Amino acid sequence: MGQALAVLVSNNPYRAFALASQRTTPDSSHNAPTMGHRSDTTQNTAPLVSMQGITKAYPGVIANDSVNLELLPGEIHALLGENGAGKSTLVKILYGLLQPDAGQILWSGNQWDGSPIYLRNPADARSLGIAMVFQHFSLFESLTVVENIALGMAVPASDALRREIRDVSLRYGLPLEPDRDVYSLSVGARQRIEIVRCLLQNPKLLIMDEPTSVLTPQEVQELFVTLKRLAAEGVSILYISHKLDEIRQVCDRATILRGGKNVATAIPEQESARSLAALMMGENVSTTTRTERSETGQPRLALNKLNLPAKSRQAISLQQLNLTVHAGEVVGIAGVAGNGQDELISVLAGEVKASPNDMIWLKGEFVAQWSAAQRRRAGLCTVPEERLGHAAVPSMSLAENALLTGFHRQALRRAGIITKRRCRQAAKAIIDAFSVQCDGPRSAASSLSGGNLQKFVVGREILQAPDVLVISQPTWGVDAGAAADIRNAIQVLAAQGAAVLLISQDLDELMAITDRIGALCAGRLSEFYPTQSVDAQQVGLLMGGKTALEGVA
Amino acid sequence: MIQLKKRANPSVLMGYLAPVIALGMTLVAGFLLFAVLGVPIGEAFKAYFIEPVSDLYGLAELGVKAAPLIMIAAALSLGFRAGIWNIGAEGQLILGGICGGAVALAFYEVEAFYVLPLMCLAGIAGGMAWAAIPALLRTTVNANEILTSLMLTYVASLLLSFLVHGPLRDPDGFNFPESRLFHDAATLPLVLSGTRLHIGAPIAILVALLAWVLLSRTLLGFALRVNGDAPKAARHTGFGQGQLVWFSLLFTGAMAGLAGLFEVAGPIGQLNPVISPGYGFTAIIVAFLGRLHPVGVVFAGLVMALSYLGGENAQIALNMPLAVTGVFQGMLLFFLLAADVLIHYRIVFGQERRA
Repeated sequence: MGQALAVLVSNNPYRAFALASQRTTPDSSHNAPTMGHRSDTTQNTAPLVSMQGITKAYPGVIANDSVNLELLPGEIHALLGENGAGKSTLVKILYGLLQPDAGQILWSGNQWDGSPIYLRNPADARSLGIAMVFQHFSLFESLTVVENIALGMAVPASDALRREIRDVSLRYGLPLEPDRDVYSLSVGARQRIEIVRCLLQNPKLLIMDEPTSVLTPQEVQELFVTLKRLAAEGVSILYISHKLDEIRQVCDRATILRGGKNVATAIPEQESARSLAALMMGENVSTTTRTERSETGQPRLALNKLNLPAKSRQAISLQQLNLTVHAGEVVGIAGVAGNGQDELISVLAGEVKASPNDMIWLKGEFVAQWSAAQRRRAGLCTVPEERLGHAAVPSMSLAENALLTGFHRQALRRAGIITKRRCRQAAKAIIDAFSVQCDGPRSAASSLSGGNLQKFVVGREILQAPDVLVISQPTWGVDAGAAADIRNAIQVLAAQGAAVLLISQDLDELMAITDRIGALCAGRLSEFYPTQSVDAQQVGLLMGGKTALEGVA
Repeated sequence: MIQLKKRANPSVLMGYLAPVIALGMTLVAGFLLFAVLGVPIGEAFKAYFIEPVSDLYGLAELGVKAAPLIMIAAALSLGFRAGIWNIGAEGQLILGGICGGAVALAFYEVEAFYVLPLMCLAGIAGGMAWAAIPALLRTTVNANEILTSLMLTYVASLLLSFLVHGPLRDPDGFNFPESRLFHDAATLPLVLSGTRLHIGAPIAILVALLAWVLLSRTLLGFALRVNGDAPKAARHTGFGQGQLVWFSLLFTGAMAGLAGLFEVAGPIGQLNPVISPGYGFTAIIVAFLGRLHPVGVVFAGLVMALSYLGGENAQIALNMPLAVTGVFQGMLLFFLLAADVLIHYRIVFGQERRA
């Protein structure tokens, strides 16, 4: 442990530069200047980094408006806020990816004691000891773990590096096989590569951007153990999230942003999830309640051993999917992104076709060979995950976007000629029914906020009165108010007798509104269980690859 | 350091004004060029822009030149809106001329009402067939239509050359590489006697109007626009990419083929080795100058037609080289693209300082 501390709490801001060559020599430990113990860092209450009055404006929006953020050595500090609150901008400034329009950053690493630092690029940040694990990984799938890490550090993939990876991964409970190919690894393992890559550079500050959004509940707990151990060794961790329970569980303090401004600095342990939510969202905290639905009806959509070959070696192939969705129920598919969700919705929508005829069944017919248009006319509506460019055309007006999928099932043309008035009426109906904030049917889809556009695309499909609705990640990147509206709308649709298939990464959402739940992992579907008979931990096991639970009906 | 930064709200007004600004800049740059060459600016302006259209015959000539440009550019703008880049309209035009012309020669001296319609159909079929090759290659082996359609232009040009030197050569023509002059039933009726203005001009306007309705009011036009702006959205709602590729290429091919037939059955009156001064290529500039809008294309077509006439007149009146036409067209496209960049981006000199 003592040696670990010596390496981690290094005193030299330029060590990261020199690290690569030192690390590959056997006697590297002699080169590491030692200083500091846990007691030193906690007694020293001077902040490690202090961002003061940070302002950053983009055309049309002020992302950060005089934001302050202070991190003490060895603390896990949450940066909390809704989508669009300015978290990412602030963090990118701290990592040197963006330069602020105003404000300064003070850094207390060593000889820079309390002096302002200018981060022109991430290399500057790394040289000071700031490391970041991004939400989206930058890994080469066809290379091995050690090759990826070596590339990131610009050193050869030597045996010494392999040893080091094993050391670090053992010490922090981050199991990694250095010689595994990355494409064969789960998302959780890929995240571990990124973390190990950061730790090998001896960070003083580790920034983690929404690290749990890609993890199963079990993996989340393992990550928290690692984070707590790092903090105990004096590393500061800036933890970006909007998941309140996690923050209450793991973070010492929290800085809360709303609309680009500081709202509060709180101690999560002393707050309830509800009070944190109130700080994060302001007044409009809304919740989703389960609506009672009458008994489920006839099967509407069924998959029978559906296979879809992968498009490339790294892509996911769907294997032997079985699933039945009945009228009047919401069936949820949990799972970490990248396990076949995109493939599943595109094969259901008809964007890609599964080969044999009898794999997809819709209201009494085998539709695997049907076109997307035929399926929509037959009552199968779909909402893909990506709003701009997939569910909607950014440059077009809402009226034209209402036409985009609406023409299949609504009379928007007369004698082959598009009736613009009817398109505008259709858009107006969606805007009114789902309280979409916009300047009316003529405003461009790209001018809407994420939440409002999502309400529009979900509302567009729901107002077409589909018999079957397949919807993917409907509340991803959507503010809480809009998310609650969308979840309620989905439940109302099911209550009216539609069959709904909800594909989501958000386990809370699935637990809240689905009737039956299963999980998609590596292109395979688990068994499905009544949602009320399982808990999040059990669904987590399914997300992690178990296909069935023992002792659950 | 000079950087381009994206504007948050590109001006819509400037989007429409860009062609006008580009024209103005082209004039300024053109006159600078003339000044360097020692030509008085007033005279150059007159020779280039006034003299060619100062009488009825000149105006009719404007229509003669504009007709093929408008017809092809209106069709091209549909495909360009869909992100399908047919660069080979020139080759499709040549094939239209060859096929239609061949029909005229096959029915030589047959004075019947059906000869001309038959020639039109043959011209359309020829252009479509030539455009079908890139469409087939794109939809089956995903070959880039920009390359295949462009390369086929040179094949078409050599094919025409071979035919007028060989099988289609005038037997009484002293071995000149050109066909017989088409007989009366195989030449286009004129709309203005005493000029060369033929029915191709009103048909070109009709084509532009048809393209406008198609693009703005039909599902097919909508599908083309969606495919250009968001291909994934097009696939999601069930607009087939392959169908759109086939439609765009075949429609442009048909219009280019018809334009080619109009050239050989109208102003030229026979097949010879060069039946087009690059109308198929110039139509690409026309389509962009007209903002990929069929109505805008009509005005852009007239402007570009004037550049042909002005170039020819400047050659005669001022002893300018014929290349000035190409220089003017090139400058116009350059300034138009530059204006478009500046509408969407702003130039930032040096690093934007933090406070």
